[in-house]
Amino acid sequence: MELTELGECVSSLSCVVTQLAAGLTIGMLLFLVASGLTLIFGVLGLVNFAHGSLYMMGAYFALAAYGPTGSFALAVLAGTLGAALLGLFFERFLLSRIYGQDVLMQLLVCYAIILILDDVVKIIWGADFRNMGVPPAFLHPPFIIGGGVVPYFYAILFGITALIAVALSYGMSRTRFGRIVRAAAVNPGMVGALGINTTVVYAAVFAIGAGLAGAAGALSAPIRSVVPGAGVSILIESFIVTVIGGMGSIGGALAASLILGLTRSFGSIGFPLFVEGAMFVIMALVLILRPSGLGGRRG
Amino acid sequence: MSTIKPPGLHRRRLIGVGAAAAITGFPNIGFTQARQPIKIGVPTILSGRVAQLGISSRNAMQIEVDAFNASGGLDGRPIELIVRDSRGVPAEAARIAREMISSDAVEFLFDAEPSSGGFAIHEVVRETGTVTLHINSETSSLTADPRQRFWNAFRVARQGIHDSIAGGYYAASVARSRNLRRWMTISPDYAYGRDTTAEFVEFARSFNADIQITGETWPRLFQADYTENITRLNQGRPQAVYSCLWAGDLVTFVEQASIFGLFAQSQLFAVNMADYTTLQQVRNLPRGVHSGNRYLRNFPTVPENLAFATEYNRRFNTFPTNWSWQSATAVRLLTTALRQVGGTNPREVAAKLKGMTIESPFGAEGTVTMRAEDQTLVDYAIGWGTTISADPFVENMQKADWATIRRLEAEWKRGKGWG
Repeated sequence: MELTELGECVSSLSCVVTQLAAGLTIGMLLFLVASGLTLIFGVLGLVNFAHGSLYMMGAYFALAAYGPTGSFALAVLAGTLGAALLGLFFERFLLSRIYGQDVLMQLLVCYAIILILDDVVKIIWGADFRNMGVPPAFLHPPFIIGGGVVPYFYAILFGITALIAVALSYGMSRTRFGRIVRAAAVNPGMVGALGINTTVVYAAVFAIGAGLAGAAGALSAPIRSVVPGAGVSILIESFIVTVIGGMGSIGGALAASLILGLTRSFGSIGFPLFVEGAMFVIMALVLILRPSGLGGRRG
Repeated sequence: MSTIKPPGLHRRRLIGVGAAAAITGFPNIGFTQARQPIKIGVPTILSGRVAQLGISSRNAMQIEVDAFNASGGLDGRPIELIVRDSRGVPAEAARIAREMISSDAVEFLFDAEPSSGGFAIHEVVRETGTVTLHINSETSSLTADPRQRFWNAFRVARQGIHDSIAGGYYAASVARSRNLRRWMTISPDYAYGRDTTAEFVEFARSFNADIQITGETWPRLFQADYTENITRLNQGRPQAVYSCLWAGDLVTFVEQASIFGLFAQSQLFAVNMADYTTLQQVRNLPRGVHSGNRYLRNFPTVPENLAFATEYNRRFNTFPTNWSWQSATAVRLLTTALRQVGGTNPREVAAKLKGMTIESPFGAEGTVTMRAEDQTLVDYAIGWGTTISADPFVENMQKADWATIRRLEAEWKRGKGWG
């Protein structure tokens, strides 16, 4: 433990700015993945263990689009849409057949998807790591705010992820589709009785969740290695977020993602050897004190 | 109780068939056995962030094995490589090694795993007695610690302590000339990262007592995101940063650190940067990163080294890596031992390997030696230089002196109680 250093950090504006910016960016990227996971669970009741693979596919689709075009915007679009379409395909042909079945069956089918996608990636892009690199348009010196360092590209990432979060929140709370989705999460039978095709709703929700994971993969491709199996570590963190935030709660997922991002960021100063452990401690505390999670429904 | 007599097979006929088989068949069987391939198992990493290195290990072995087989093999017996993917999981590497020994009946192992898997395989072959050449494990204790040593295990890799002495000497001299006093480290959190960093720091400070380590950060092996580690480095405002991150991990770290402007304030000493697999993947390679040579076709500057790189490039359309030269050296050592022994008897081959010196394009002075006392490779070329953004990627290479390395290594071993 290096709590003295943590104390010095929180009393220094430059340190707070640097760690806050890094923590919020990490947290927002995590939120994109976790919000998709929690949305799918909340509406479909499906624990999508293959969600990390959709994140990975988003990164690969982005890489494939970025190579010939050199456009980061197109790369992010390709990553998002590609993952969404892939998610739709798996939902229609595999996962829709196991709705309502026990979690072991869900785990088995999702694990099959993970293996299939890992092999597909190896066949198409090879087994070794790929590096997209930060697009030249974003290669600017970092912002210096109060002595703290905020990388230009991280500011862009934070802006894009925040916009997506706002759009998601608005879509879920203020649109007709959002109301249908929330209703389907509570009582799908009643939604069906009102003449709404729940099959289409489920497919759309899964595609949106997959698209969010793909967007996170595409956005982080310039700063992380693109490699088969890249979704595993983000999946574990996403599950922690889902547990802390409350299964099915988008707002809870946002809060939990930011908590984890900041824990990582400030933890690297104060308890660098216990950052991973700290995340699980937070999860355990939430499970003990508020089992339904920060944004979950009680009872 | 009745007995059943095989129909139509009488004693005389049986003797006749046996005689015919003895005249015609047995020599063929004997001939077939003589031509049976010498199976060598190769557990390595063929997928994930280190796949490029594992593949480069396999490629280099294949070049050397093809040359051996084309020149007649061992009295007509070719070598057959059995290569399997451990995915970088140590337990899987150990399982694969055991499977190769028991099911595939391999006679030798080329352990092409990094230290994480190498130690796992080490324990397997300690038990089975299979002659094993560790090709990519650089953690010094693997051969320096007498408790880890046994008759059938050899290291054909560069070694952390050798690189640390060479790197420490180089870093100390750069630190002196540029007045770099405040240092931080970022290295992977496993045996190789911890040991190599500790050794580098020890020797850098022994050559220049002004060097102070003001902080350290230990990302996991294959960590996806280094933001938290980089911000920690930024907070420490070091004048220099040492790292033994490698391959994809080093690429990701350098890309992320660049956008934080880390290299504008700190000199980077990355022992594993000067390897083509890393150099060609970094999109924004900072100028002036200090690096040890991993594999460079122009270091050592000898025609045989350039020829090796050219042949590798012709066959695989890419360039060799550090794992490639080590793999090629392993094949050359083993095939030389096999031909000198004239067979595959493990005890005889192991005895021949101990102390063996062969000519090598990767030697500091044209040869490399499998040192008898600790069964590890010495006299390979070590140098440090600074990166530039285009081929040959590294300039101003300064060659390390093996007399100094040997002397300080011996002192280091005595200090550890391993002398």
